[in-house]
Amino acid sequence: MSTVDANQASGAPVPHSHAVDHGHGGEHAKHPFLAHHFETPAQQFDSSKLGMWLFLATEVLFFGGLFVAYAVLRNRFPEVFSYASHYLSTTMGGINTCVLIVSSLTMASAVYFAQRSRKRAMLVCLWLTMAGAAAFMVIKYFEYTHKIHEHLVWGSTFYVPPDHEIAVIEGSHEIAAPAAVAQGGASSHATAATSHAASTSTDSVGEVLAPAAMLAAGGSPSFVGAPLTELSAVKPASRGPLGVALSGSTDAAPHGSETIAEGHPSAHLEDATMPANVHLFFAVYYAMTGLHGVHVLVGMVVIGMLIYRGMRGDFNSNFYTPVDLVGLYWHIVDLIWIFLFPLFYLIH
Amino acid sequence: MTTLEAHKPETLDIHASSDNYLTHSKGFISWACTLDHKRIGVMYLVGVLGAFFVGGIFAILVRTELLAPGPTIVGPFAKWMGMDPADVYNQWFTLHGAIMVFLVIIPSIPAALGNFILPVMLGAKDVAFPKLNLFSFYLWVIGALMAVLSLLMGGFDTGWTFYTPYSTTSPAGGVIPIVAGAFILGFSSIFTGMNFIVTIHKLRPPGMTWFKMPLFLWAIYSTAIIQVLATPVLAITLLLLIIERTVNIGIFNPSMGGDPVLYQHFFWFYSHPAVYIMIVPAMGIVSELISVHSHRHIFGYRFIAFSSVAIAMFSFIVWGHHMFTSGQSALMNTIFSAISFSVGIPSAVKVFNWTITLYKGNISLNTPMLYGLAFLFLFTIGGLTGLHLATLSVDVHLHDTYFVVAHFHYVMMGSALIAMIGGLHHWWPKITGRMYNENWGRFAWVLVFVGFNVTFFTQFMLGSQGMPRRYYDYLPEFQTYHVISTVGSYIMSVGFFITAGYLLASLVNGKRAPANPWGGRSLEWQCPSPPPHDNFKTPPRVGDCYDFSIVRWSDEENGYVVDRSLDPSLRENPTPAKGH
Amino acid sequence: MSHEPHSPPPIEAAAGGHAHAAVHPAGDQPLVGHLVPMTTLVVTACALLVLTCITVAVRYMDIGEFNIYIALGIAVIKASLVALFFMHLRWDRPFNMIVFFGCVLFVVLMMGFCLMDTSQYRHEQINGNPPLVAETLLQNAPNAPVGRFDQ
Repeated sequence: MSTVDANQASGAPVPHSHAVDHGHGGEHAKHPFLAHHFETPAQQFDSSKLGMWLFLATEVLFFGGLFVAYAVLRNRFPEVFSYASHYLSTTMGGINTCVLIVSSLTMASAVYFAQRSRKRAMLVCLWLTMAGAAAFMVIKYFEYTHKIHEHLVWGSTFYVPPDHEIAVIEGSHEIAAPAAVAQGGASSHATAATSHAASTSTDSVGEVLAPAAMLAAGGSPSFVGAPLTELSAVKPASRGPLGVALSGSTDAAPHGSETIAEGHPSAHLEDATMPANVHLFFAVYYAMTGLHGVHVLVGMVVIGMLIYRGMRGDFNSNFYTPVDLVGLYWHIVDLIWIFLFPLFYLIH
Repeated sequence: MTTLEAHKPETLDIHASSDNYLTHSKGFISWACTLDHKRIGVMYLVGVLGAFFVGGIFAILVRTELLAPGPTIVGPFAKWMGMDPADVYNQWFTLHGAIMVFLVIIPSIPAALGNFILPVMLGAKDVAFPKLNLFSFYLWVIGALMAVLSLLMGGFDTGWTFYTPYSTTSPAGGVIPIVAGAFILGFSSIFTGMNFIVTIHKLRPPGMTWFKMPLFLWAIYSTAIIQVLATPVLAITLLLLIIERTVNIGIFNPSMGGDPVLYQHFFWFYSHPAVYIMIVPAMGIVSELISVHSHRHIFGYRFIAFSSVAIAMFSFIVWGHHMFTSGQSALMNTIFSAISFSVGIPSAVKVFNWTITLYKGNISLNTPMLYGLAFLFLFTIGGLTGLHLATLSVDVHLHDTYFVVAHFHYVMMGSALIAMIGGLHHWWPKITGRMYNENWGRFAWVLVFVGFNVTFFTQFMLGSQGMPRRYYDYLPEFQTYHVISTVGSYIMSVGFFITAGYLLASLVNGKRAPANPWGGRSLEWQCPSPPPHDNFKTPPRVGDCYDFSIVRWSDEENGYVVDRSLDPSLRENPTPAKGH
Repeated sequence: MSHEPHSPPPIEAAAGGHAHAAVHPAGDQPLVGHLVPMTTLVVTACALLVLTCITVAVRYMDIGEFNIYIALGIAVIKASLVALFFMHLRWDRPFNMIVFFGCVLFVVLMMGFCLMDTSQYRHEQINGNPPLVAETLLQNAPNAPVGRFDQ
């Protein structure tokens, strides 16, 4: 989208034979970048800028929807957010924040040098911005792969142990018992850990489970609601990165995020104090940071195009609109991350 | 306007020349790659009318099915597609709704007519971003192709609103393509809106101040604000829906702790303003129709202009009235109900002003005017029944009945589409350079108007008696109403086919249109029909676009001309203004 | 909107009371737009980095509810710095500022209404899972925290 916008704004000379028919041939002859339907470069520049700001407004509302989802879910499950936040690496998030801020500075500097027709300096700044974007994505890649390895993912996979033949852990069996007993005779199925979808279980159970399966999307397992009474008796204040204790790590670092990250896959499933619906935190986390990451990638493409055009010598103090507009885009990407960082990584 | 030019004959550059936007360049490529807003508008028009035809077919299928209780015509389709009859019916009304909303009504006035008329009316050479304009047209095409793709992949039966959890669990194969299609159409709409806002802000020629703009431009401007501010929320909602359906993230899934009501909040945060994306530009057209065809200065110009902006703003804070029975909290129900009533104020301001404009006007009952008057009538009914539905207690009774169906058809079709057709007739001579047959036009209008009311007024009664929407089967006592309604829809279809017939015929053997066939005063009537490639050979002179006192009939032009010598302020001995 | 000039202004494009680019047909001065000194940019970036450090530090202080408000407050300050200085909004046309803050306002509006709604029915939500759903949970992920219908 922004690509198109940048192209729009580029105002490359439009090959209209009648471009001089309007009695403004003088302006158009003086400024080869001036599109035929604009009268002056200032009008063209202002239009492009307003167009870009409107586009940024749509970006803000686009992310706004996700921020609302975040707010609603956090309002509903505060314990989930304060618990799950500790699985994120503040160090990596903090480094990424700084990387983006610095790349914003280099982008603003690129505009600064473009405005002064300093081509080489502008190109250096653009390359630096590109490097910042790449660094951000590399760090993000490591964060994502690590979490996926740990099964810290969205949806039902969050609860699926990596080893499907794993026996039911004694403690959780006990916890599960009351609910299973309430089922009346269904407790024998409680150990059927390998069964993934209700539809694949035995016939009788399949029938019993039909309404539940209907609730779940596409036959996937469903996870509902609040913790057991035993679990909810644990006060939120005492909830924390319990993986520290359970996974055997003795590192009592003040912030447990890194230590948890060292745990073996699905360590979180052994945490008896994990509140229900933690997968929702990761759903929102992946949705928001993923969409943001896509915007970073788009930004890299657009900056690449700027570098290409800059090397071709398209930009000077008379015409630098595309650099300015891509700069605006890049800053909004930074700006959104400025909100994502505390909302996900810095929940006390 | 300068006095030096006051007596310069205006008629010099309104003659149609051989070089207009249609003949400027030839060949398929010259259309497919055009950056000319007029050609893009025409392409939109063709696409929108094509989609209207397809959506209409599904409407007729739905109405025919409802001729009798039980399966009427779904049976053979169900056998052929190997589905349950109810699923076939679900697919029909879903397709009808989705096509009509996303492919027809939303782009009809802003993207098709707006693209063509807005820059000409404004006195600009083009929209601000011509390439973006073309791009947004192709996005529309891709969106339409996605709708076709979803049909091929097994259709979709979620209703046009894609409510979760139904849309995430529906077994129909075409849900993801159509949702992706709506996502893409959303971006088409966003880019069009951005383009129009920037055009109106930055490309107004000297003299075209905000309050000299024709009201159609105010309406398009208000619409564009809604498009830019609301549509991104639809985009993210549909994106989340796709993710939900594919990888099951659970944000909208109640069985995973998610919140399906949140989906409805998101959806209606866009889709209620989207209702105004449909109706506000229609109001703009009607302002033009009423004023031009009664040859009278629009009454309360600023009130109409600001009520457009007010409606745009109000539209963002009333979305909850779609969710009164969806588990929304009592507090929000009350708030949304109260705010919904207030939308009636700017709407009524407009209706009153149009009515007063008619008063003592010199009304010509041309086809466009007939559609304008139909709008006044139908919009009043549609708007007032909206107040019934905004009333909490009444809505609980009427929700999801045919009363709602009738209400939004009065607004969406009876108002938005009727105004669009009126605008199409109004600007048809400008777009094509040909006049259509006025008698056929009036005849078809009678069929459409009568057919529409027969179809949908009965549905108010059906709904108030409890006939729920979205069912192919019903109790026998509803049959009389359903039969009347179906007959009405047939009458209306005949009217539309006649309309299509004489409009197409006019392309072949229509009279050449003068520059100003109706006596309009705004700038688009001061350039030839069809307009030249660059709209105005000389920068147009901007005046009061509703001052018809200096518009006179000219026999040699066979149309109206703007004769500035009639302007009393420009002469020493003012002559009485001749209204025509 | 209405305070905007009716016709495109002459070469000095950017509104606002700050120094404007002079008209130079070529050379090192821009034809349009606003020049921001490099020191301003560097100072802004430094302020952003310092604020980042502060917001990380605040995370480790236990001040209850206020953590999120402080974090969001700092984020708003940082965002404003980016918008005003990096994005030249301070010297840009006022309407661009209206566009930007207008859209933020609409996000806040949507969030406010949605939160008002969901917090209204929060206490009415069923606490726990219906038996069949709980059973599904036990089937598929025995380690997951399973709720039970305990109305």
